[in-house]
Amino acid sequence: MKVGAVKERARGEARVALTPESARQMQKLGHDCLIESGAGVLAGFTDDAYREAGVEVVESAEALWTRAEVVIKVREPLDDEVGRLRPGQTLIAFFWPAQNEARLEACRATGATVLAMDMVPRISRAQKMDALSSTANIAGYRAVIEAGNQFGRFFTGQVTAAGKVPPAKVLVIGAGVAGLAAIGTATSLGAVVRAFDVRPEVAEQIESMGAEFLFLDFDEGQDGAGSGGYAAPSSPEFREKQLALFREQAAEVDIVITTALIPGREAPKLWLDDMVAAMKPGSVIVDLAAEKGGNCDATVMDKRVVTDNGVIVVGYTDFPSRMATQASLLYATNVRHLLTDLTPEKDGQIVHDMEDDVIRGTTVVHESQVTFPPPPPKVKAIGAAKPKARVKEPTPEEKRAAAHAGFVAQTQRQVGLLAAGAVTMWLLGMVAPASFMQHFIVFVLACFIGFQVIWSVSHSLHTPLMAVTNAISGIVILGAILQIGSGSSLVALLAGLSVLIASINIVGGFLVTRRMLAMFQKS
Amino acid sequence: MLQHEFVSAAAIAASVLFILSLGGLSNQEKAKRAVWYGIVGMGIAVVSTMFGPRIGGFGWLLPMMLIGGVIGAWLARRVEMTEMPQLVAALHSFVGLAAVFIGWNAEMERARVVGMQGAGVMRDDLSAFAATLATKTPLELTFLQVEVVLGVFIGAVTFTGSVVAFAKLAGKIGGKPHKLPGGHALNAGAALACLILAVAYFNGAGMWTLVVLAGLAFFIGWHLIMGIGGADMPVVVSMLNSYSGWAAAAIGFTLGSDLLIVTGALVGSSGAILSYIMCKAMNRQFVSVILGGFGTTQSEAAAIEGEQVAIDTGGVASALNDADSVIIVPGYGMAVAQAQSAVSDLVRKLRGAGKNVRFGIHPVAGRLPGHMNVLLAEARVPYDIVLEMDEINDDFAGTDVVIVIGSNDIVNPAAQEDPGSPIAGMPVLKVWEAKQVVVCKRGQGTGYSGIENPLFFKENTRMLYGDAKSSIDALVPMID
Repeated sequence: MKVGAVKERARGEARVALTPESARQMQKLGHDCLIESGAGVLAGFTDDAYREAGVEVVESAEALWTRAEVVIKVREPLDDEVGRLRPGQTLIAFFWPAQNEARLEACRATGATVLAMDMVPRISRAQKMDALSSTANIAGYRAVIEAGNQFGRFFTGQVTAAGKVPPAKVLVIGAGVAGLAAIGTATSLGAVVRAFDVRPEVAEQIESMGAEFLFLDFDEGQDGAGSGGYAAPSSPEFREKQLALFREQAAEVDIVITTALIPGREAPKLWLDDMVAAMKPGSVIVDLAAEKGGNCDATVMDKRVVTDNGVIVVGYTDFPSRMATQASLLYATNVRHLLTDLTPEKDGQIVHDMEDDVIRGTTVVHESQVTFPPPPPKVKAIGAAKPKARVKEPTPEEKRAAAHAGFVAQTQRQVGLLAAGAVTMWLLGMVAPASFMQHFIVFVLACFIGFQVIWSVSHSLHTPLMAVTNAISGIVILGAILQIGSGSSLVALLAGLSVLIASINIVGGFLVTRRMLAMFQKS
Repeated sequence: MLQHEFVSAAAIAASVLFILSLGGLSNQEKAKRAVWYGIVGMGIAVVSTMFGPRIGGFGWLLPMMLIGGVIGAWLARRVEMTEMPQLVAALHSFVGLAAVFIGWNAEMERARVVGMQGAGVMRDDLSAFAATLATKTPLELTFLQVEVVLGVFIGAVTFTGSVVAFAKLAGKIGGKPHKLPGGHALNAGAALACLILAVAYFNGAGMWTLVVLAGLAFFIGWHLIMGIGGADMPVVVSMLNSYSGWAAAAIGFTLGSDLLIVTGALVGSSGAILSYIMCKAMNRQFVSVILGGFGTTQSEAAAIEGEQVAIDTGGVASALNDADSVIIVPGYGMAVAQAQSAVSDLVRKLRGAGKNVRFGIHPVAGRLPGHMNVLLAEARVPYDIVLEMDEINDDFAGTDVVIVIGSNDIVNPAAQEDPGSPIAGMPVLKVWEAKQVVVCKRGQGTGYSGIENPLFFKENTRMLYGDAKSSIDALVPMID
């Protein structure tokens, strides 16, 4: 199949859906790759770099649309691009089918197949094609860089000859992929990072990235974990608590990065005007939800605004495009993985298997049918983890009481065992001859010594331990030696056999132990 | 001829040396010296007994000792380290059989001495043992009979049990549990019959009771171990180790030899502790292991969602090249595939590249306690990077790549996360906390317990299917 990437026509879009690296991989699948001349320039890939990777550079968009059987691109197709689709052709791009019903219908009419990169189901197997995650990752990173650009101070705290510099305090709201990427970037720049999310189960992830999780004490059993690993809208009471928490933070933090989105809805307003007003001059707010109306009241989409009290609010929506090279590399890899799934035999033949969860979910138009929305996948999405029950720390008194109770119980058990043992001994002593009792004392003491000694044996030497106990249990040879001189030939025969096998034990056991121990070497 | 006093002194010296020998196994360097204590102790014990009073039959004794010694030395030299479990089991069976023979002999000698005393003539051709018997009071002789019964019974169970364990470990018979119809009722019946025979024997029924008793005990040993699955062998072998010790101790009582009693008690308690450690590591009751098989009534284990994602050696190599810290978790599968030297090569190369490589060993990995350590030592993996479960379990969270080779249940997260799982509560290596886990496995089957392993379905787990040895061999040249 011929897979072709077109130049993005949308304003400000610098990304490209095919990179020389992904082209090489696609050729291994048996596909031929085409690219429109100049498509990769803004992302840092020249036409020559593509030619070197075996990609055919096509002069015009029109030629590419006619020749390619699979067209890959980043942004949703423009109207004239939809017009170029032909029956049997496949288009792979971000599509946003829920918001673009008219375009969906237009595509259906062309008879082409459309795969929407934003519809890749959120299941483990499809993570490698999850372009939303890779885009969000870049946005999170870039948001911190952008904030640093606007922020007049260091991120990291320093003590210099010229005085002490306090570290920047960063608050990240929403710990999805973008939020976590922002946390990671900000902590590695040295900032003090706090983060909040309505889903309590992400606390662990936040803490593992080195940030402090702002815990909201709210026990109505209501938290914001929706299905598929996304957040769900929260109740008014919860929202009030949440805002109170943010209000507390507003005066303290220097940089706020908001990433809160709820699928299919306007972004929730979480950073209100009064919080902006409470912030110090020179503080920065980066609103990653700007495209969906923004989490912050002061956000203006695609603009950087400065409020009356000197707070800078960044509402850019083109973060991935601002890092076009990285974004293109990741996006192209996502597309390439999708094509890998579409080409199961690696023979350049696309098999559009509508039984496959991932392919079914991604396909929005197929064989002149709108196939959106897809049925729920057979494999469940990454489920909302059960929130961990908080274990109550026992007070010191409780701990002491528990330790004491344990001690008492142990003492009782030991005393009981000793008493039982003593009674048994006494009863035995009543009937047993004195010589037996002497041997019995030796036996009991030897057991005690054995337990003490064996407990200290290193676990790694348990096999040699077994071999050496094998050898020394060959001590039964002594019994046979004592009997072998008997006048009865049957006794002598059995004793002789015992000597034979016990000797095998002794010699074999010791030698194999030596052999094993010699193998243990220190590095 | 050495005197009694000298023999006793030698016995004390030998006992002390044996204790030191076992105690020395607390660390690898001391152990190399400790094994010599054991050898010297054994030498003292045997020589002093041989030259003690009233020992005869040297023309018969010495050749037997020599032949046995040669066979033992040959075995020790020839055995592969992967065959250690079989060897240990075989050696247990010898002790058991010897105990049975010696017990029978004791009864025959007793009968002879009693007969002579009854006839009023004492002859000279008594063995050293019979000579001491002649001095015993009737009460002491009764106790002797009890000891003989115990020695014969334990010895016989140890013998057939070890033979079956040997056959299972060596793959001569299938590892699956087999039971005769009637199951444990048969064992209980045989044990009851033994008790009746023992009572008959105390009342003077004669030698035949001991022979039949041994026969029944042989049956119990055979049937008991046949009913236990292959992977419970660490517990079984430890238990038989313990039994061989108790058999020796019982013989020690019969012979009135403190040295045998001490040694038997040491070995017996050693095996008992090993069994305890193994059971603890599987979170199972000793009794339920011995009675065989996993419980058949289980609550429904949680269904697993997701799928197993395969990876090729190239993918593993690039993950390893990017990693700073690596932990390898070997299991019985590594021994089966004989992959230990390939693993050792891999480790050498990774360590050469400055990576922190360690091993995490679960107490029940392999078929013998400490089996993995010996295999790795044989492949020249330094022992200070081979760590126990408790030492390494907290480090998985900070580890980049974990390679699981041929182990399954010991890395099963269901043991901790799913109370309905048959292995719930078993301590396991928390490999899933690492950034990435590579599971080296022959196919998509389950472990010996037949439990599906959710680890294989985790997002950070990749499956490397194929023979462990060839997979690792293919991996080594790709590490740079």
